[in-house]
Amino acid sequence: MYGYIGKVLRINLKQKSVNVESLDLENAKKFIGGRGLGTKLFMDEVDPKVDALSAENKLFIVAGPLTGTNVPTGGRYMVVTKSPLSNTIASSNSGGFWGAELKAAGYDVIIIEDKADEPVYITIEDDKVEIKDAARLWGKVVSEVTDELKNEMPEKSRILTIGPGGEKLSRMASIMNDYERAAGRSGVGAVMGSKNLKAIAVKGSGKAQVFDEEKLKEVNSECLKKIKENGVTGAGLPTYGTAVLVNIINENGVFPTNNFQTSVFEKADDISGETMAKDYLLKKSPCYRCPIACGRIVKIEDMGLEVGGPEYETLWAFGSDCGVSDIVAIFKANYYCNEYGLDTISVGATIAAAMELYQKGYIKEEELEGLSLEFGNADAVVEWTKKIGKGEGLGAKMAEGSYRLCEQYGVPELSMSVKKLELPAYDPRGIMGHGLQYATSNRGGCHVRGYMISPEILALPEKLDRFTLEGKAQWVKTFQDLTAVIDSLGLCLFTSFAMDASMYTAAYNAVCGTEHTAETLLEAGERIYNLERLFNIASGIDPKEDTLPKRLLEDPIPDGPSKGNVHRLSELLPEYYTLRGWGEDGIPEAERLSKLGL
Amino acid sequence: MRITVKLFATFRDGRQKIYDMDLPEVTTVQNIISSLGIEKSEVAILLINGRDGDFDKELVEGDTVSLFPPVGGG
Ligand code: SF4
Repeated sequence: MYGYIGKVLRINLKQKSVNVESLDLENAKKFIGGRGLGTKLFMDEVDPKVDALSAENKLFIVAGPLTGTNVPTGGRYMVVTKSPLSNTIASSNSGGFWGAELKAAGYDVIIIEDKADEPVYITIEDDKVEIKDAARLWGKVVSEVTDELKNEMPEKSRILTIGPGGEKLSRMASIMNDYERAAGRSGVGAVMGSKNLKAIAVKGSGKAQVFDEEKLKEVNSECLKKIKENGVTGAGLPTYGTAVLVNIINENGVFPTNNFQTSVFEKADDISGETMAKDYLLKKSPCYRCPIACGRIVKIEDMGLEVGGPEYETLWAFGSDCGVSDIVAIFKANYYCNEYGLDTISVGATIAAAMELYQKGYIKEEELEGLSLEFGNADAVVEWTKKIGKGEGLGAKMAEGSYRLCEQYGVPELSMSVKKLELPAYDPRGIMGHGLQYATSNRGGCHVRGYMISPEILALPEKLDRFTLEGKAQWVKTFQDLTAVIDSLGLCLFTSFAMDASMYTAAYNAVCGTEHTAETLLEAGERIYNLERLFNIASGIDPKEDTLPKRLLEDPIPDGPSKGNVHRLSELLPEYYTLRGWGEDGIPEAERLSKLGL
Repeated sequence: MRITVKLFATFRDGRQKIYDMDLPEVTTVQNIISSLGIEKSEVAILLINGRDGDFDKELVEGDTVSLFPPVGGG
């Protein structure tokens, strides 16, 4: 068997049983691996109507066929489960080194079933898999757990864990690995917490076999060359990290500010990648076999810390979205999110929503326990992040995410979310294709299911006019399908700035001996996208939820370069449904499904 | 004629972040980048007042020109 190991580790936490099963290779190839295979396994084993935080929900942790190989960035794993935040499919992927180690230990998939009676953690050393008592780890933050388990395990073990956020079932909780890498979105950490599972430590000594080593060498050097020559992956990301986007998105007037009340932030440069690189950056931090190394290590002087620095999305969420221009406060909020195991986008955006609730008089002074909820208050973003992590006072309400928070005050429309997942850092009122992608992403308000910023703002692979509608539905569909492929192979999406579908195809074929063309691989992406859609529909998500917050459809951006625009979703959606082979009601039709083998 | 030029990312190396330029009438972005020692091929994104710009467009009083080398993220 090539690329795939061929083994599934099934762990039932209630029965404390560990079983190794063989991977159904045909299924695996049909859905590639990672995101696609995880969704297929979920659909085969669990009713999508399941309560996300009940024992009946399962966690599928799935590597891709290229995970653990030496294809650049091949270190990713995907967590597939039902999201307690959005009730959609949750598939959150993460880099670092943990995914590659899982493959080295000899597994493609871990399936976690049921719920342990008491907190437990799992250790995996190749064939030796144990479920252990986690009483001493429960309540501890991510770095403490990681340090402790690294001490206990053989050298170079890799640790995946939840923080207190996941234990307390925050719907914004992430699963963390290698200290600072996150399967961040959709509340996957709460699902792990609901199972009383604190951590999974893994050490492996093997490797997946490669079908054609010579060919793979050739393909890899071509990939590396493309990554190096490309201005974004060869220079922009290595020098500044994703944070370089702050200024460009702001210059375009689509940098949401004060919970999307406007979209230009006067002090953007203070929280930019340029500022971070000049004044705070200590070093870069790469994931497994990644020549791009977009991760940042920064110093927080007054806390004596050298820690993972914020991504673009995080600088935005705690920065302009909360009206905050103090970059060190953002470093701290990011640090607490990583320690408590919380998604920085959702947490920052929820604090921003709370600030608007306070501004408009819905949240009253007496609920604040002496803290501020004023837009622009730097301490507020740090302190409320801690409150959310600890689930204290108003922080406990906020830990439910912005939609449920705003709903409690009778104004769910103040939550800037799609399908209850908080929107990331781009105002779709000035980026038409990106807005369509937000509305139709299978996990809700997400930017990395079809990153239309690439053509609409960054001119990659070509520049599209961000305000026009023509051709956008087709672009969104193609990007969504290609992204499903990359996420399922086990590679980092950032490679797609430099690599095209034919290169992913060549890498997959060389590793696995498959005979894909770019077209058949994209068709697999489309298959995965449709399967996720079927999950959502079976889960009870109404296609009418393929929409954007009312503000973005009705209130024009009040100032800046994108002034006067709203998002014209209703003009795009029918064309998108048609291209997808879905009915006017947004339901996939039998003809396309059968063509895709579903 | 007053024009604001904003530079980002590596364009800031050895240059200022922002220039308030007093230029003769009939100036294009091409003239400006030449005066700053930036090659056209180095510019990945050119915005005039936050909208997609053109190197040969004649600028008018009060325009803001933003210049970026290849950048990206997510
Ligand atoms: S580009 Fe960044 S996120 Fe992607 S694999 Fe490399 S370091 Fe990790």
